[in-house]
Amino acid sequence: MNIVSEKYKTVKPEDVTTWFKAAPITAFPKDGGACVKYKDLQIAVFNFERLNTWYACQNLSPEKQEMVLSRGMIGDHKGIPMVACPLHKKIFSLENGDNLNGDLEAIATYPIKIENDFVYVGFSE
Amino acid sequence: MKTIIVVGNGMVGYKFCEKFVAKKESKEYKVIVFGEEPRPAYDRVHLSEFFENQDAKALEMAPAEWYAENNIDLIVDERVTDIHKASKKITTAKDRELSYDYLVLATGSSAFVPPIKGVEKEGVFVYRTIEDLEGMLAYAAKLKQTNPNAKAAVLGGGLLGLEAGKAVMDMGLEPHIVEFAPKLMPRQLDSRSSQVLQLKLESIGLNIHLSKATNQILGDKAITGMEFGEDDVLDVEMLIISAGIRPRDELAKTSGLEMGVRGGIVVDNKMQTSDPNIYAIGEIALYNQMIYGLVAPGYDMAGVAVDQILGDTETLMPEEIDMSTKLKLIGVDVASFGEPFMPAAKGHSIIFENKTQHLYKRINVSLDGKKLLGGILVGDATDYSMLHQIYLNGMAIPEDPAQLILPAGEGGGSFGDVMDLPDEAQICSCENVTKGQICGTIESGESKDLADVVSCTKAGTGCGGCKPMVKDLTEATLKSLGIEVKDTVCEHFDLNRQDLYKIIQVKGYKTFDEVLDNHGNGGHGCELCKPVVASLMASINADTANKEYAIQDSNDRFLANIQRNGTYSVVPRVPGGEITPDKLIALGEIAKKYDLYTKVTGGVRIDLFGATLNQLPLIWKDLIDHGFESGHAYGKSLRTVKTCVGSTWCRYGMDESVSFGIELENRYRGIRAPHKIKGGVSGCIRECAEARGKDFGLIAVEGGWNLYLGGNGGATPRHAELFAEQIDNKTVIKYIDRYLMLYMRTAKPLQRTAAWQERLEGGLEYLKEVIIDDKLGIAEDLENEMQTLVNKFECEWTQAINDPEMMKRFNHFVNSEEEDDNLVFVPLREQKMPEKWV
Repeated sequence: MNIVSEKYKTVKPEDVTTWFKAAPITAFPKDGGACVKYKDLQIAVFNFERLNTWYACQNLSPEKQEMVLSRGMIGDHKGIPMVACPLHKKIFSLENGDNLNGDLEAIATYPIKIENDFVYVGFSE
Repeated sequence: MKTIIVVGNGMVGYKFCEKFVAKKESKEYKVIVFGEEPRPAYDRVHLSEFFENQDAKALEMAPAEWYAENNIDLIVDERVTDIHKASKKITTAKDRELSYDYLVLATGSSAFVPPIKGVEKEGVFVYRTIEDLEGMLAYAAKLKQTNPNAKAAVLGGGLLGLEAGKAVMDMGLEPHIVEFAPKLMPRQLDSRSSQVLQLKLESIGLNIHLSKATNQILGDKAITGMEFGEDDVLDVEMLIISAGIRPRDELAKTSGLEMGVRGGIVVDNKMQTSDPNIYAIGEIALYNQMIYGLVAPGYDMAGVAVDQILGDTETLMPEEIDMSTKLKLIGVDVASFGEPFMPAAKGHSIIFENKTQHLYKRINVSLDGKKLLGGILVGDATDYSMLHQIYLNGMAIPEDPAQLILPAGEGGGSFGDVMDLPDEAQICSCENVTKGQICGTIESGESKDLADVVSCTKAGTGCGGCKPMVKDLTEATLKSLGIEVKDTVCEHFDLNRQDLYKIIQVKGYKTFDEVLDNHGNGGHGCELCKPVVASLMASINADTANKEYAIQDSNDRFLANIQRNGTYSVVPRVPGGEITPDKLIALGEIAKKYDLYTKVTGGVRIDLFGATLNQLPLIWKDLIDHGFESGHAYGKSLRTVKTCVGSTWCRYGMDESVSFGIELENRYRGIRAPHKIKGGVSGCIRECAEARGKDFGLIAVEGGWNLYLGGNGGATPRHAELFAEQIDNKTVIKYIDRYLMLYMRTAKPLQRTAAWQERLEGGLEYLKEVIIDDKLGIAEDLENEMQTLVNKFECEWTQAINDPEMMKRFNHFVNSEEEDDNLVFVPLREQKMPEKWV
């Protein structure tokens, strides 16, 4: 199963080589997320409207290796934007992927840009 | 492997075992314990409780199994008779011979019986063991048969004597205390406090005879009286001797260990006797020329012996031993600490006395008025813990030391906060637990409440005298960490669920953001407050989970129960459990079509597992086409109303439980509450629907329904309480409407009705007043609110599949029609299940 998680590596904005045009912004709920497919990757993309910011991370929950994070609730934990895994409410920072209520491995995060009402996820190959 | 033999299984002998097995090095030793009594060690300090319940088990320090679980051989009812120091062997009364590497003597003491003529007569007892108590009980019962007003005396007005006096009272005999000294508790109390105690004890029926030297015990075979002087006789038919203790040191005598002149085995500060392989602890140990008859020093000695044997030779018995005590004697607080009787040259005493209320407080302070040296409390010992700590830690005292003991409101009562104590302050002297350890276990997160603190540190498990202080420390520490037990929903609101309910209702908010922006703390919400607000919106505005789906909890968001691998299960409503064959076939066909694992749920509905996100709307379209609707198995809302078949078929049925169950299920379906709600309707008292395990339950009886409320299965099962009897269908609905609505308004998030009802101030009686008598005048509002919700019901799955906008969320990907490619199923009994979690 670790083979799956190894596919997900944090991409920093300056390392982006490919901006993948994922979907129109209307495909994502306000202050919620949805999942984007890119090649064999599943990326959870969140429209954090209250912060006027978009976040992306792996859809894979590192706890039980299930593809569910995009279905989690988002919000903040002591000011840090976070997503709560829908299975057992493990929460992860949307900024750096850290597990904020446990010691699970950090999840990979990805840059997002919005252009002409479209959401782009940044990858580096 | 080395062998340790412990001789004596009393409180201190037990404590040695407990402390020993707690050390990891103990694995290299075999421990064998001999006890002379027929049962494992029990709490002798609380022996008088035996008279209240006669439950010897309740007094046990640990059950016999504990010894086995900890690899200790416990041999009871067998006395060790000889020690052979040279060969390191012992022999027992049953001629058993065993070798030891270390021997620990904890034989304790026996009651001292003064050499009074006639002391061997029938009806004379000592107060020491459970067997003694059983003997007394039997004798007292016999006495009362012939003389209901029989008198019994206790010889000795000390601490144990007064305990025995209570035992006499509890046995229903007329109690007399006979004391040689001119005052009660001569070792702990000064004359004035002793008088206050005497007045108090006399007021509750104890007869006290002071300055009495008993010449002889009168009677032929059995005791009939005690003779003090020539014409000074007290007629009694029973006598309990409690005139002090004598160390049980006969073993040491015969084996040639060094002993004290007046008994006791001489030990050094390592608890070692004159033979380096033999240790002595507790009331047989003569340390500093003293026998310590209190349990706390005995426990300390046990700890020292454990460490010494295991090689940690730095643990030594302290030079000074604190003999402070606090106890409740016959319901009267008595405490003394430090130097209770201080010579005038050493300091000043401040005394507060109120004989009308049987109160006495004395503190002794140093001549410079800066240190507390000791004191005595009678009648009210609530100040004891704090005073004792101030004394032990040499803490500064107020300029006017009287503040320490004056009643609150008269200048006293406010001094001394537990948190001011130094970390080394010993809070629990029985278990030797410091303030630092108590606070530390909370600060480290190991303990979250008082119960955790007690189990982690063992504080308060000995005499229990420190419990109030442990509680105060726990609360103060939690508070200092900001874990004050606030019932706010989360960090984003300073409000609890009930506050939010009122606010949303009054202000008419429609979205989460409105509530957060107007009443939040400036954050952006979280997985705790979002579902609460979502549930409140549903309870107040009858909103379905489709309206603001991103604030819904995991299951509500997709109107299905998320399972282990991120797939979902589907439960259509089958009201009352009644289903036509056609519908049953339809369910089977749909399950087959989508290859769903099928099972009957705990709530006797049919659950279809393994649906992917993309499949959910397709499955529901099929279900709805066959006349099904959402079963809300995913919601904090009504699940099922379980029914037995009732009078429609059953030959015992008193009423139509199925028909009424269906009516109730259809009435409350879809209504969101703080937690899930289940109902049950049974057609007769055989209760086949298990209605009393439900939030609301009905049982048909002659003349109507009996209504039960607040039942629960789950982690904390609880039977529902009988709320109303023989009521008709209309009244049932009226009461349940009011009950559920009140619950929805006032419960905490995720609190079932059982827990809510249990914590409701005034309990069931209060509920009856509000729901039946309408004490608060809100019954009509409650009914109207419920009726509005009932009228607005809409199947949210029907709503969802008919709205393309709502349907969008049921795609695994926003940019692809594909499904999750991470799913792996494996076969299971002709069906399937998700691959196991690693």
